[in-house]
Amino acid sequence: MQQVFTKAMARNIFLGGAVFFLAIYLLLSYDTWQRIPERDHADKMTPAVLRGKYLLDTNDCIGCHTINGEGAYFAPELGNVYKRRGPEFIKAWIQSQPSGVPGRRQMPNFHFTGNQLDDLVAYLQWLSNIDTNNWPPNIQG
Amino acid sequence: MKYPSQQVAKPYFIAALALFVGQIVFGLIAGLQYLHGTFLFPELPFDVAHMSHTNLLIVWLLMAFMGAAYFIVPEEAQTELYSPRLALVTFWVFLIAAALTIVAYLFVPYAQLAAITGNAALPTMGRGYLEQPLPTKIGIVLVALSLLFNVTMTLIKGRKTSINLILVGSLWGLALLFLPAFYFPHDTVKASFGWWWIVHGWVEGDWELILGALLGFILIKMTGVDREIVEKWLYIIVAMTLISGIIGIGHHYYYTGAPSYWIWLGSIFSALEPIPFILLIVFSFKMLMQRRREHPNKAAMLWALGTPVMAFLGAGLWGFMITLAPAQYYIHGTNFTAAHGHLAFFGAYAMVSLAIISYAMPLLRGRTANSAAAQRWEMAGFWIMVFSMIGITLALTGAGIVTVFLQRAADDPMGFMQAQDKARVFFWVREFAGVAFFIGLLVYLRSFFIAGEYEYADEMKQALAA
Ligand code: HEM
Ligand code: HEM
Ligand SMILES: [Fe+2]
Repeated sequence: MQQVFTKAMARNIFLGGAVFFLAIYLLLSYDTWQRIPERDHADKMTPAVLRGKYLLDTNDCIGCHTINGEGAYFAPELGNVYKRRGPEFIKAWIQSQPSGVPGRRQMPNFHFTGNQLDDLVAYLQWLSNIDTNNWPPNIQG
Repeated sequence: MKYPSQQVAKPYFIAALALFVGQIVFGLIAGLQYLHGTFLFPELPFDVAHMSHTNLLIVWLLMAFMGAAYFIVPEEAQTELYSPRLALVTFWVFLIAAALTIVAYLFVPYAQLAAITGNAALPTMGRGYLEQPLPTKIGIVLVALSLLFNVTMTLIKGRKTSINLILVGSLWGLALLFLPAFYFPHDTVKASFGWWWIVHGWVEGDWELILGALLGFILIKMTGVDREIVEKWLYIIVAMTLISGIIGIGHHYYYTGAPSYWIWLGSIFSALEPIPFILLIVFSFKMLMQRRREHPNKAAMLWALGTPVMAFLGAGLWGFMITLAPAQYYIHGTNFTAAHGHLAFFGAYAMVSLAIISYAMPLLRGRTANSAAAQRWEMAGFWIMVFSMIGITLALTGAGIVTVFLQRAADDPMGFMQAQDKARVFFWVREFAGVAFFIGLLVYLRSFFIAGEYEYADEMKQALAA
């Protein structure tokens, strides 16, 4: 085996494998890219949705929460929170933070304006309609 | 150490260890906030502790990788580093940028930080591990360019070993894979899809090449095994990494909005991802068996052999448990994922960093190996950290399973916070194991302050007496 299978052959498998699978990945990604707008209803990304998204990003919501299972595991899932709680509850919740209940996990108050709260909810609504192959398993996220 | 310019690795290694301490302190704070939510609130909300913890992890690993590159590349190339001055300047730029960034996290509200650093012009903030404001991200690119220039020029003028080619090539890969951090599409599904190019691309692709190169270098040096054999193994290992890992990225595309074909592709290919880790174990222990010399740095050998074993457990075994689509349907985004993240990051990348530090630091301090007493402290630190990390992993796995059965797979599913409450005992175990880990880290660091070098004479006497 020592002679039959040389270092040069091992290197060629490495380079060939890398190039081959990278090419396949790029093709698949291209296809995925074409299909995503349909699966997440990209046409429904209104200016309000985009403003809401910017607020989620710049307040680091995923530093505590998950969105479609990605982020931190300290606080509930936001991908389906619109369906779980509804718009009015969400706005009231955000405004009433922090709860200050001794020992309970705390969410900061971000001092959003009424318009900003509407934008946030618009984004959360858009999120809740993404086709995620039926994830999460139930409404609790 | 053969070339004086390798000396620039030293500040990188020292800074890496200091940042490691910072990482653990923020981990302990975040872990306590899981149990006592009002701890340090509102001065230090959980998300700030969390991003400080994960960003310090990334920064100290990058510090260690860079130190390793400045140490290994000249020695392998058999020539001085192209520009030690540049490497030193780069070190200070990187350290100061990292420190300023953490200070900014701690003292400036995140939205305000975004506002004053031009995030509106080119949005990049608000993604896991990539929370850094734009100037920091640009700084990272400049630091990477400087490193790449320096090591590539060194490689060009010197001997081109396979280890050096893999190492320098994977450093280029590391830098290229960071570039998508500047591309943050509005479409959340596309953003998530591309975020994994960086995160998965690093830990389950490019960084495994770095890991292989560092381990290969250490084993050649310590065992004296023929370079040809080591390098052939390395090529097979990194080939398996990319063959399984590139399409394996599909295990992040099951439930995040991407098309359903990823369920099959991701499950099949990512199920193969443990293979390179198994090969790494076989390789390391084979090299140990075939060793042609007894290196006096026993501690470095312990790290070098511990790395593939722990990397296999964290990445290979814990990764496998969450990688098949039907299992991940229930586990996705629970603390089970965090369990895997901890053991994999620690077992693979923290440990290989500590391995190269363990091998190189004595040389940088002018000795082949530390005194037996210092090595005993170092090895005690090894065992305490390894077992504490296993404790953290098991605790988080327990917490994840509670979520799976009470919140995800229950007939009458519980709400998130209620299920978290049921997992409290596991979060306590995690926190205690975390404190033990911190003690292990201090014990490890203590070893650096024990003077003197390895005494062959003593060892010889013992061997003769036995
Ligand atoms: C004293 C020990 C430690 C404690 C108490 C601790 C605690 C934590 C906490 C509370 C989180 C946030 C989890 C969440 O998202 O809700 C976290 C995340 C993380 N920590 Fe640690 N940590 C410790 C050590 C380490 C070490 C040694 C490493 C790696 C070498 C590490 C790597 C990570 C990573 C990668 C994440 C993100 C995981 C994910 O999002 O899935 N931690 N840690
Ligand atoms: C040393 C190598 C590895 C490291 C450092 C690592 C680290 C991580 C981290 C930190 C996460 C959480 C990311 C987040 O914040 O959302 C993660 C997720 C994941 N990893 Fe790994 N990983 C490694 C290798 C592997 C391998 C080999 C497999 C498969 C066999 C694997 C399977 C997964 C899966 C399926 C997830 C997603 C879990 C979920 O959906 O919640 N990982 N990994
Ligand atoms: Fe992955």
